[in-house]
Amino acid sequence: MDKQGNSYTFIYATVMVVVVAALLAFVSQVLKPTQNKNEEVAKKIEILRSVNIESTAKDAEAKYEQYIGANAYILNYEGQKQEGNAFAVDLSKELKKEASQRAYPIYECTLDGGVKKFIIPVRGKGLWGPIWGFVALNDDKATIFGATFGHKGETPGLGAEIDKEKFQAPFRGKSIFNKDNALVSIQVIKTGASVNPDHEVDAISGGTITSKGVESMLKDCFAGYEKFLKN
Amino acid sequence: MSEKKEPLFSAKNLKLITNPLGAQNPITVQVLGICSALAVTAKMEPAIVMGLSVLAVVVFSNLIISLLRNTIPSRIRIIVQLVVVAALVILVDQVLKAFAYEVSKQLSVFVGLIITNCILMGRLEAFALGNKPWQSALDGVGNGAGYAMILIIVAFFRELFGVGTLTFPGLGSIQIIPQSFYDMGYMNNGLMILPPMALIVVGIVIWVQRYRNKSLQES
Repeated sequence: MDKQGNSYTFIYATVMVVVVAALLAFVSQVLKPTQNKNEEVAKKIEILRSVNIESTAKDAEAKYEQYIGANAYILNYEGQKQEGNAFAVDLSKELKKEASQRAYPIYECTLDGGVKKFIIPVRGKGLWGPIWGFVALNDDKATIFGATFGHKGETPGLGAEIDKEKFQAPFRGKSIFNKDNALVSIQVIKTGASVNPDHEVDAISGGTITSKGVESMLKDCFAGYEKFLKN
Repeated sequence: MSEKKEPLFSAKNLKLITNPLGAQNPITVQVLGICSALAVTAKMEPAIVMGLSVLAVVVFSNLIISLLRNTIPSRIRIIVQLVVVAALVILVDQVLKAFAYEVSKQLSVFVGLIITNCILMGRLEAFALGNKPWQSALDGVGNGAGYAMILIIVAFFRELFGVGTLTFPGLGSIQIIPQSFYDMGYMNNGLMILPPMALIVVGIVIWVQRYRNKSLQES
């Protein structure tokens, strides 16, 4: 057969692509359960970090059971509890729905000494892709106890800094409600331009769009919990 | 077959492994694969895993392309090479996600970017298409190891002086610089773990190599 001919080339390419596709599909199927497990553990580590509990891949499951366990539930827009598995809720899908139709997962964490914290998962858009996080509120449902953020692919050294302690630590102690009990969320502002320090944290210089993304992510996501938080 | 059987590790074959470690090093001499070399060398662990990943991909892609070399239609040979490399890279990525999740998160896009690593295409075009499978595999081992070696050297200095630790897969982070140094006023150099210092360290490695190996110096 002519190895430079059109039909040979065509058949060669087809066979090769089919073989490679089958191989990759097979490997993906075999490894999927292990990968999902890893993602779950990583999510638990992030949730625990929002209440300042450090864990590793080894002890995350046990610590999650200890501090949160079954105390995770889904709220509706009216702030009432719903049936369902809060941990399994995919926020990226929920955010595409109407605000009133969404499921709002919330994690209730009981720390050593019986102090209760409410952990709200948040998700939004950064500069290059999705950003997400977990914000833990004190039992007054207004003051932030801790916050942790993650991102898919923000600019290293700039927007990517949102997953660093330096950006996250200032959120602690800020309040998402103002004196008149209106939901103001948290503003991310230029250093030194502060007018209302109770509701503001410093942005990342050079990472303005990501910082603003965090701000609107918090605002949008808290809005859905407003009725629950005001109760 | 009329040609004489060559021993598996003849001097010529061994050269295929040792050359890329020194005078033909893909990073310091050919200056390929710099992007990932700069990006993943802030710590030892990702550098080692990245080095091994590239090693695995370059060995197997060299081997596969060499096995197929007489069947590949020359008009689509680059596409064939890319498909083979891409498939191997996705395999590596999937395996890392399943068994080394933390490291795979640190390496993030750079595992995927192995596909575009010039070292791979370079070896496939320059060597695997024209040589037998065994030699091609050895060439892959040499080039992969040459790449991994530089990554590990750079990561060693960056992590040691930047954070004071060395992180190995499976062992975790080991404190190398003793606390007493810090008590006496020693400080970690934060610049070391930032990207610019990676470039400078690679530059120093290239300088040292050229200083020792006169044949690499341009007149």
